[in-house]
Amino acid sequence: MEIIEIKNLVKRFPMGKGEFTALRGVDLNFGKGEFAGLIGPSGSGKTTLLNIIGSLDVPTEGSVTVLGRAIGKLNQKEAAQLRKESLGFIFQSYNLLQVHTVYENVEFPLLLLKLNVTERKKMIMDALEWVGLTDKVQSKPPQLSGGECQRVAIARAMVKRPSLVLADEPTANLDAANSHNILKMMENLNQELNTTFLFATHDEKVINYLHRKIFLLDGKVDNEEIIRNH
Amino acid sequence: MLLAIKLAYRNLIGAGLRTWLNVLVLSFSFVVIIWIKGIMVGWDHQAKTDMTQYEIAGGQYWQETYDPFDPLTLDISHALIPAEVMPEIEAGDMEPTLLIPGHIFPNGRMQGVTIRGIRSGQSIWKLPTEKLDTVVDAIPAFIGLLMASSNKLETGDLVTIRWRDANGTFDAAEILIVDIFSSNVPGVEAGQVYIPLERLEELTLLEGHATILSYRDPEAPRAELTGWTLKPKEVLTRQVDELIKTKSTAQTILYGILLLLAMLAIFDTQILSIFRRQKEIGTYVALGYTRREVVGLFTVEGTMHAVLAAIAASIYGLPILYWQAKVGWTLPMDASDFGMAMAQTLYPVYTIGLVISTVLLVLITTAVVSYLPSRKIAKMNPTEALRGKLQ
Ligand SMILES: Nc1ncnc2c1ncn2[C@@H]1O[C@H](COP(=O)(O)OP(=O)(O)OP(=O)(O)O)[C@@H](O)[C@H]1O
Ligand SMILES: [Mg+2]
Repeated sequence: MEIIEIKNLVKRFPMGKGEFTALRGVDLNFGKGEFAGLIGPSGSGKTTLLNIIGSLDVPTEGSVTVLGRAIGKLNQKEAAQLRKESLGFIFQSYNLLQVHTVYENVEFPLLLLKLNVTERKKMIMDALEWVGLTDKVQSKPPQLSGGECQRVAIARAMVKRPSLVLADEPTANLDAANSHNILKMMENLNQELNTTFLFATHDEKVINYLHRKIFLLDGKVDNEEIIRNH
Repeated sequence: MLLAIKLAYRNLIGAGLRTWLNVLVLSFSFVVIIWIKGIMVGWDHQAKTDMTQYEIAGGQYWQETYDPFDPLTLDISHALIPAEVMPEIEAGDMEPTLLIPGHIFPNGRMQGVTIRGIRSGQSIWKLPTEKLDTVVDAIPAFIGLLMASSNKLETGDLVTIRWRDANGTFDAAEILIVDIFSSNVPGVEAGQVYIPLERLEELTLLEGHATILSYRDPEAPRAELTGWTLKPKEVLTRQVDELIKTKSTAQTILYGILLLLAMLAIFDTQILSIFRRQKEIGTYVALGYTRREVVGLFTVEGTMHAVLAAIAASIYGLPILYWQAKVGWTLPMDASDFGMAMAQTLYPVYTIGLVISTVLLVLITTAVVSYLPSRKIAKMNPTEALRGKLQ
């Protein structure tokens, strides 16, 4: 079963008096448990595509179906529901809540799901164990290194065990060792929990880990490489 | 909602100094507003109590031509006490007062006065009428402190007093000041000389006459008396209400300005928050909040300043307000210049209604001021918010 189906996706942004076409006819499908990446130069439309899949933006033309839901047709509430229940986001700049502790940051998605405190605690500790941060539970993001911050972000994205994790340049602010560390971690989670991962990147280190590589150029799929099937 | 409160609390505490500055300003508004309102309530209470105790008792009948603002009609403003109130007067639950215009000559000057004939055995006022119950050569009289100080009169002074009797003939006698009282009610002190009622009746040949009939019980139903106008207590204290209302308007402006300053601080914080925390807003949306919910979160966060302020205010404000209620607030100017019942020292009175209405006022204003700038979030594009590029 496909969890993402993209048909003839076009995305245009208003620009001054005219329009700018960021995606010009993308057709793609992703199945459960994939570890795939959108690769391409700056401005090729990676983030735009990821945002639409993440229901943070809507298609101008064509259709995008994520977990059976048509992105362009969801109202705000339904889109929020989809993100809350099934999607995890990882950002280049971590986007942690600065005044909250590591524990509280990871707890956030579970609070939105209205889970009770014992359920939350167990899931948070599991997630922090996956990323090896059980000893930093009470720290706050300003006290952590970049690598640690991104590990917290991964724990936050994974804690509710979403079907799909979208990661936009997750290693752009990390050194090589931390990048490898984090990718290994995500690869493990992909294997263990069968979570689908979709990256947007132009970082060689990330590209080497991908099981499927989709090359974007000027808002179109230019080429595709499947390294191994999930 | 509960989640929003929890998050808002974490965010506020996390914001540190800025939060505490806002909370300080707001809590200061709380204390000042409650204090000012308390002073007004206290003043109203004091003015009405003093008027009741020294002037109007439970209400009055005025002889129909009597007009306190028209001294020229005073000499004809008296009438025989109606027979139907005699039992009440005999029981001491009603007091007749006879008002006659006259002059006194303190230290060689002439001063117009109102001579008030009053029964020495009365018990409806706190006036020192028992002091009139004495046998001296002159007519025993007492006056208020205002009168005493403006004419440099003291207890034991003998003063010449002059009046006209029922036939219009001038007559004069000596009065002996037997006491000086202080009441906070300028109307019963300035230009008033109190002498025994029966003496005034004799001097003016107005046996059984009165100008005002004051009764003890404000609650009992009162009958109409022909030739007399009923002036219930609420009517007589209306001028206090009106004056306090105008004073309250001035005070409202004062604390309105204070509140405005506090609200500007909150407004500014909200605007700045929304601008600086775009990424955070985008993150909330990515994690599954709708934009409306983020608006709610920021509104709760702003409003929570008022909640923290209420807590802070009760910590440092309660002792201050309590202390004020004990020692009172002494007016920087002469209270008698106000021309109405006003004590030199006012004691604030805080009612539950006053405290609750103040808390609600501040809470609702803060909520509105927090909400207005937050509405902008609902129009934000989450992808742009995430990039932090909105202007
Ligand atoms: N909101 C927007 N309004 C106008 N143009 C936009 C908007 N968002 C993206 N674009 C444009 O669309 C194109 C694709 O942008 P996108 O962010 O998807 O690129 P990207 O592949 O993620 O690049 P990078 O590697 O630099 O992150 C760019 O030329 C960008 O300027
Ligand atoms: Mg990008």
